[in-house]
Amino acid sequence: MTQLPAATDKKLGLVIDLDTCVGCHACVTACKGWNTENYGAPLSDTDAYGGDPVGTFLNRIHSYEVEPKGGGCSQTVHFPKSCLHCEDAPCVTVCPTGASYKRTEDGIVLVNEDACIGCGLCAWACPYGAREMDAVAGVMKKCTLCVDRIYNENLPEEDRVPACVRTCPAGARHFGDFADPDSNVSKLVAERGGMDLMPEQGTKPVNKYLPPRPKDQLPDMDVLTPLLEPVAEEPKGFLAWLDKRLEAL
Amino acid sequence: MHPAPSVIVFTVLSGLGFGFLTFLGLGLPDVHGVEAFFYFAVAFALAVGGLVASTFHLGNPQRALKAFTQWRSSWLSREAWLSTAALIILAIYAAAAVFIGISVFPLGLLGAILSVATVVATSMIYAQLKTVPRWNHWLTPAHMLTVSLAGGAILAQQTAAALVLLLLAGGFQILHWVLGDRRFAERGHTIETATGLGDRGSARLFEPPHTGSNYLLKEMVHVVGRKHVQKLRIIAFAGMIVVPLAIVALLPVNPFTAILATLIYLVGAFASRWLFFAEAEHVVSLYYGATGSKPPYQPSFSG
Amino acid sequence: MTAPIVDTSPKVSDEVRKTTCYMCACRCGINVHLKDGKVAYIEGNRDHPVNKGVLCAKGSSGIMQVNAPSRLRAPLKRTGPRGSGEFQEISWDEALELAKSWLEPVRKSAPEKLAFFTGRDQSQSFTSFWAQNFGTPNYAAHGGFCSVNMATAGIYTMGGAFWEFGQPDWDHTKLFMIFGVAEDHDSNPIKMGLGKLKARGGKVIGVNPIRSGYNAIADEWVGITPGTDGLFISSLIHVLLKAGKVDLSYLAQFTNAPCLVNATPGSSEEGLLIRNDDGKPLVIDRTSGTLQPFDKQGVKPDLAAQVDMDGVMHKTVFQHLADRFLSDDHSPEAVSEQCGVRPGRIRAIAAELARVAFEEAFELDQPWTDFRGTRHEKMLGRPVSFHAMRGISAHSNGFQTCRALHVLQILLGTVEVPGGFRFKPPYPKPVEAHPTPHCHSKPDCPLDGPHLGFVRSPADLALKEDGTPARIDKAFTWENPLSAHGLMHMVISNAHAGDPYKIDTLFLYMANMAWNSSMNTRGVMDMLTDKDENGDYVIPRIIYSDAYSSEMVAYADLILPDTTYLERHDCISLLDRPICEADAAADAIRWPVIEPDRDVRGFQSVLVDLGARLKLPGFVDENGTALYKDYADYMVNHQRRPGIGPLAGFRGNGTQTGRGDVNPDQLQRYIDNGSFFVEHVPDEATYYKPWNAAYQDWAVGLGFYDAPQPYLFQLYAEPLRRFQLAAEGHGERQPPDHLRQQIKDYLDPLPVWYPPIEDGSVDTEAYPVHALTQRPMAMYHSWGSQNAWLRQIHGRNPLYVPTKIWQENGFKDGDWARLTSVHGEITVPVAHMAGLNENTVWTWNAIGKRKGAWALDDDAPEATSGFLLNHLIHELLPPKGDGLRWSNSDPVTGQAAWFDLRVKIEKASAPAESQPAFGPLKSPVGKGPATVQQKVTS
Repeated sequence: MTQLPAATDKKLGLVIDLDTCVGCHACVTACKGWNTENYGAPLSDTDAYGGDPVGTFLNRIHSYEVEPKGGGCSQTVHFPKSCLHCEDAPCVTVCPTGASYKRTEDGIVLVNEDACIGCGLCAWACPYGAREMDAVAGVMKKCTLCVDRIYNENLPEEDRVPACVRTCPAGARHFGDFADPDSNVSKLVAERGGMDLMPEQGTKPVNKYLPPRPKDQLPDMDVLTPLLEPVAEEPKGFLAWLDKRLEAL
Repeated sequence: MHPAPSVIVFTVLSGLGFGFLTFLGLGLPDVHGVEAFFYFAVAFALAVGGLVASTFHLGNPQRALKAFTQWRSSWLSREAWLSTAALIILAIYAAAAVFIGISVFPLGLLGAILSVATVVATSMIYAQLKTVPRWNHWLTPAHMLTVSLAGGAILAQQTAAALVLLLLAGGFQILHWVLGDRRFAERGHTIETATGLGDRGSARLFEPPHTGSNYLLKEMVHVVGRKHVQKLRIIAFAGMIVVPLAIVALLPVNPFTAILATLIYLVGAFASRWLFFAEAEHVVSLYYGATGSKPPYQPSFSG
Repeated sequence: MTAPIVDTSPKVSDEVRKTTCYMCACRCGINVHLKDGKVAYIEGNRDHPVNKGVLCAKGSSGIMQVNAPSRLRAPLKRTGPRGSGEFQEISWDEALELAKSWLEPVRKSAPEKLAFFTGRDQSQSFTSFWAQNFGTPNYAAHGGFCSVNMATAGIYTMGGAFWEFGQPDWDHTKLFMIFGVAEDHDSNPIKMGLGKLKARGGKVIGVNPIRSGYNAIADEWVGITPGTDGLFISSLIHVLLKAGKVDLSYLAQFTNAPCLVNATPGSSEEGLLIRNDDGKPLVIDRTSGTLQPFDKQGVKPDLAAQVDMDGVMHKTVFQHLADRFLSDDHSPEAVSEQCGVRPGRIRAIAAELARVAFEEAFELDQPWTDFRGTRHEKMLGRPVSFHAMRGISAHSNGFQTCRALHVLQILLGTVEVPGGFRFKPPYPKPVEAHPTPHCHSKPDCPLDGPHLGFVRSPADLALKEDGTPARIDKAFTWENPLSAHGLMHMVISNAHAGDPYKIDTLFLYMANMAWNSSMNTRGVMDMLTDKDENGDYVIPRIIYSDAYSSEMVAYADLILPDTTYLERHDCISLLDRPICEADAAADAIRWPVIEPDRDVRGFQSVLVDLGARLKLPGFVDENGTALYKDYADYMVNHQRRPGIGPLAGFRGNGTQTGRGDVNPDQLQRYIDNGSFFVEHVPDEATYYKPWNAAYQDWAVGLGFYDAPQPYLFQLYAEPLRRFQLAAEGHGERQPPDHLRQQIKDYLDPLPVWYPPIEDGSVDTEAYPVHALTQRPMAMYHSWGSQNAWLRQIHGRNPLYVPTKIWQENGFKDGDWARLTSVHGEITVPVAHMAGLNENTVWTWNAIGKRKGAWALDDDAPEATSGFLLNHLIHELLPPKGDGLRWSNSDPVTGQAAWFDLRVKIEKASAPAESQPAFGPLKSPVGKGPATVQQKVTS
C-alpha cells in the first residue's frame, strides 16, 4: 500500500481562500470536535489544564505579516493548514508498514491506525506539518478530509463535506473534486490563481490556496479630484448650491 | 530535528555493531571458538541493542513486525529486512565459527554485504527526506557508513582499514557539516515558498497557530545555539576521529587499546549523531517563522 | 495488499438536540449530538437565522466547556477570609435561606442597599424584572463597561445601532467600512457577511489601529490613532459636504435635517427644534413655503429654509450641521496629524464612499408607501454599509464619535436602504419608544418602573430629591446623563467609598469583577476585602453566581453555582437582546439537552425561587404562593403586557405570533422547531422601516409597539441640547457648577470631537503610547482558559509592539517590557507587529489568569506569562486636586473608557513571571485532569 496509485479516480481536496480567511480558528476546533469523536483514536490533549498543554490537531491556522514588495503598510494573512492530500505524497512511500496510503478512488491520504507503529517517519517526510503523532494513542493522526462525513449516509446530503468546510463562517474553505475541471474548486483555482505550497518539494499538492487580493490599492487624492470638486468656495455658496439642487429634486 | 536519545543510541550502536559485523563477516579478524564468541557477542549486542533501542521511539512497538511489509518502497522496511537478514546469516556464520570452528566464507561475505546494506538503508531513511535538506544528499550515507565501518575497524583491530576509514569518516564528517550548513539555503525553501506569499512581499510569522506547543514543534523544530554547535563539533571530531586515529596509529594493537579507542569513538559519535539531528532543519520550521537569521517560534516566552 | 476498509458511513449520534450556543453573546443555533446520553459533537444549525449552520471556534469547542473541570459543583459558603478561596459546600436550601436572611431585611428597610449587577447576562428582561420587584434602583448589566456608547448614540441618532440592532445588507452592499474592534460581537454573522461580500468581489475598508482579523482581509486599511476616529469621520463628512456628495432627498424626507432650530438668543428654547402645539417639529414645505409639521401628508421639507420669526432668523438643522463640518478645522489637512492618516488618504476614502454610494446606486423593484402617504414605486439602494463596535465605543469621546459615524451613514443616505445598513426588528425604535429610567425605591415596595432607559431631559435623571445620585453607580446623573446601560465598572468603587451611599449586599452574576472585568484589578480586590474599623467588610455581603471557578468566586461570601449552557433553560427574548435578522423577527430558547451531574441550578430558576421566598410581587400571587416553578415556567407563563410574554412564537393555540395567550406547549413547539422562532418581515416592509407604513403596521401586529410611530433620524439630538440648556442655567434641575462646562462641551446636539479625556489629565509626552486590548475570535472573555482546546490557541498573550517602538527599544523576540501608565506598571513579554499604528501597543484581552482559578495548574502559561492590561487602567481619573472623584468614563453615557489608556514602554529584564504576580487562590474545584481524550464511543 505504501506505493502511490498511478492515478486516482477523483482528486478530492480543499481550496483555501487567503483573501477571505479572518483567522477565527473555527475550522481548527470543528475539525478537532468531529475527528476526536470519529475516525480512529481520539485526538488527545496532554497536560490539558497545566503548564505545557499539547494536543493533537489536524488543522491549524498560522498568521503571517507580509511587507509588500513596493513598500506600503504591512499586510496580515491568516493561513489555515492541514493535509494537502498530495498526488506525490512522500508521507505514503516512507511508511514501513503500509499504514499510510492514498486512496485510489478519491485520492485521500489516510492512516490505517491498526497498522501504524508510530515511527513518525511520515511526519518527517511531510513538508507541511500535516501529520501529528498522538501522544497517548501513539499513532499518526492527520486530516482524513472527513472521509467519514463526505460519504456518510447518516448525514443529510448538504452536510457531506468536511467539518472545517461546513463550519467556516467566512466561507473561506471549499471542498470538491479537482479532477473535474467544472467543479467549484477547479473553477475557483482557475479564476483566482490557486497556488501550491512549497512547489519545489515536488509533492503536487491537491489542496490549493487562493492568494490574498492586492491590498491598499486606493491612490491618495488631492483637492482637485473630480469626484470631490467643491460645490462652492464660500459657505454662502453652499446654501445657494443646496437651494439649486433641492429645486432639481 | 529533535535529537531523540533512542534514535541516537540506535543509529550509533547498531551502526558500530554492523560495522564490526562487516569485518567479522569478512574474516577480519578470522576468529574461532571462545574468542569468536566474545567478538560476535559484542557485535551482536551492539547491533541488536541498537535495534531494540530504536523501538523505544515507536508509538506502538507491538506492531513492529508490520514494518517488514513495505520493502518495495520504504527504506525503513528495507532496513528491517536487511538487518534481520544480516543478523540471521551472521548468526549462522558465528555459530559455525564458535561451535565448529570454521569460517563459512560465502556466508560471511553475504553477512558483511547485508551489514553494509543495513547501514546504508538506515542512512537512506534520513537521506531520502527532501524535507530535511541537510540530510537529503549522498553525503549522508557516505558519512554514516564510514563512521560505522571506522568504528567496526577499530573494534576489529584492523589498523590499516581503521586509519583509512577514520580519515574518510573525518573527511565526510567535515563535508557533511560544511556543505550541510549551506544546503537549506541552496534548496531555495523560504517562508515565501512555503506560504506562496512571495508574490506579495516578504513574509514573517506574526502569530503561531497555537501559543501552546505541539508534536511538530517538539519533533521537528529544534533550535540549537551556534556556540553550542561549535563546541560539540570539536568534541565530536576529536572523539570520533582524531583521538581514535591517534590511538590506532600510535598505540600497540590489542583488545584493550581497541576498547579504549572505541569508547572515545563512541563519545564522539554520540556527539556527532546528536548534532546530526539537532542541526537538521526541517522545512516545516518555515511555517513556524524560521528564516536564515531568525529561529522559529518557541512556545515559551521566558528564556 | 488491498486498501483497508474504512467505514465511511458511521452512525453520527443517537440523537440530535437543538439549542442555542452560549460560548459567547452571538447566540447561534447548535445541533448537539448525543451518544449514550453524552454530548458527542456540536455543530451549527443550518436552519438557524443567526448562523445558518456555521459555528465559530468557541462554539465548536463547547464540549470542553460543558465538561470543564472548573465547573462549580454545589453551593458554597465562605469559610476563610475573602479572597482566600476557602469554602464549604452547602445544600441549596441552606444557600437560599441564607440569601433570604440577608436580603429580606434589606428589602424591608432600604432596598437600595442591594446592588444587583449581572454581567454577560442574556436574560436582562428577567433579571431586571426581579430587581424591579425587589425594589432596588441598583440594577444593570455589563453594557456600561462594554459598548453603551455605540448603543446609545445609535438609539439617539437613528433608533438603533449595530449588532443586535442592525446589520449591513450583505446581499447588496458593495463597500463595507468597519471601525474599531469588532471581532467579538455579532461574530458569525459578520464573518458570513464578509464572505458573501468577498465572493462578489466587494470591498472592505478597515479603520483600526491594529491589522488583525477582519482588518487583515480589508482591502484598504486605515491604521488610525486610537481615540481619533471621530475626528477622522468629521473630516470625511467635511469632504463629502464640501463636494455636495450627500443624499439631499433622503435627508429632506427621513431625517430632522430640515427641522428648524430655535435661534432666539438666551431663550430657554434656544437650540431646541421649533414645534407646533402638538409637539411636532416644524419644517418649511418646499412646495407651499409654509411652516408644516414634519409628518404632514404630502409635505416636502426644505433643507435650505430660513425663517424669520419675531426678528430672529431660524435655520434648519442641515445648515447648522454644514456650518460645523464645512469649517476648515475639519479639513483633511487639519486632522491628518492627530489621526495619523494622510490627507490624501482621507480624501481617497471619502471619494470611494461617494463613488459607491452615488455612482453605484441601484433600485429594487419593490413599491412601498411612506408615513406621509407618498407611494414610492422602487426602493433606491446605496451599496455602502458600516459597522463599528468597542474600538470607537470604549473611549471617553465614544458617544460623540459613534454619533458622528451614524451621521455619516445618514448623510450618505445608506441607512435602511438596499445595500446599506438595515435594522433588525424590534428595531428601529426611537428614544420615544423606550422607557425613561426609574429610581424611586421605597421599603417593601417594587421600584416605580424599569431601571434603565433613555433620558429626554434633566427631568429624567436618577437623582434623589436632594440632588444626589439615586443609584450606586451614579448612572443618569449630571456626570453622565445618558448612561442607558448603567455603570457596572463603578459599582464596587462607589460602594467601597460609600459614595453616594453605603450598601449592604452586592449580588453579581457572570461578572468577573475580581479580575478581567474590572479596571484597576488589584484595587478592586482590595476594596472587596477591605474592612472597617470594626473589622467588618466595608462591602458587608457579596453573593455571586457563576457556573465556573472564576477569580471572582474567591471574593464572595455565598456562591450560587449556575449550570453550563447545555443544562439550562434560557430565553433570548424580543423583550431583551433578540436575535432577529433584518428580514425577520426571531427569538430563541435554551433547554437542558443534558442534565447536570452536579448539584447546580440555572441562575434564573434560582432567582425565581428566591423571588418566591422573598415574596416579591411578580413572583408570588396575592396569597404568597409562588407563581412560577422555575425559569421555564416563567418563560411560558409570564406576561409583560396582556398577550405579550418573553417568547413571541407559538402563542395562544400555537399559531399566534407576537401577541397571544399563554400556550402551555410553547417550549415543546420551540424545541420541535430547533429552539428558535422566526417571523419574516413582509416584502414591502423590508427597507425604509422607520418610515415604511407596511413595516410600522407589521411591528404593531407583533407587539413591538402599540401604535405606528414613524420618526425622523436625529442628525441633531435635541435631548442633549436640553442638558446644555440646564448647564446654561435654564430650568429647575441644575447641574452642580463643577459639571456645567463639561456638559456644555460634551453634550453637543451635533457630533463633536474632543481628545480622549485621559489625554487632558496625563502628560502625553511622558506617556506617548496608546495601549489597547482586543478579544481574540477564539476566546470569549475569560471562559476560554478552562477550555482544553481553546487555551492551546491562546494560552498566553504577548504585548504587540509596532515596528517604530520595537526598533527604538532594540527589542528582540523573547524580550520583556515594562509598561507604565499614570496608574501602575506591568512587566510583560513583547512581540513585534508591523501592521499596527506606530504609536500603539496592544494585547489580547483576558488571557491572563490568577493562579488557582479556572481549575488550572499554578504553572499554567495564563498565570505565568499571560497578563492583563487592566492593572494600568483606573476607574477614576487621576485626582485633580478638587477633592472630587472623576470617573474614567464617557461624560455623556458613563461608558468605561478602556481605550483612552496612555503608557510608556521600556525594555526590562525578564522576570520569572509577568508582573504583577498574585498569590494562588485555593481552588474550590481542585485541578483539571492531566490528559483529555475526548470520545464518547469508539
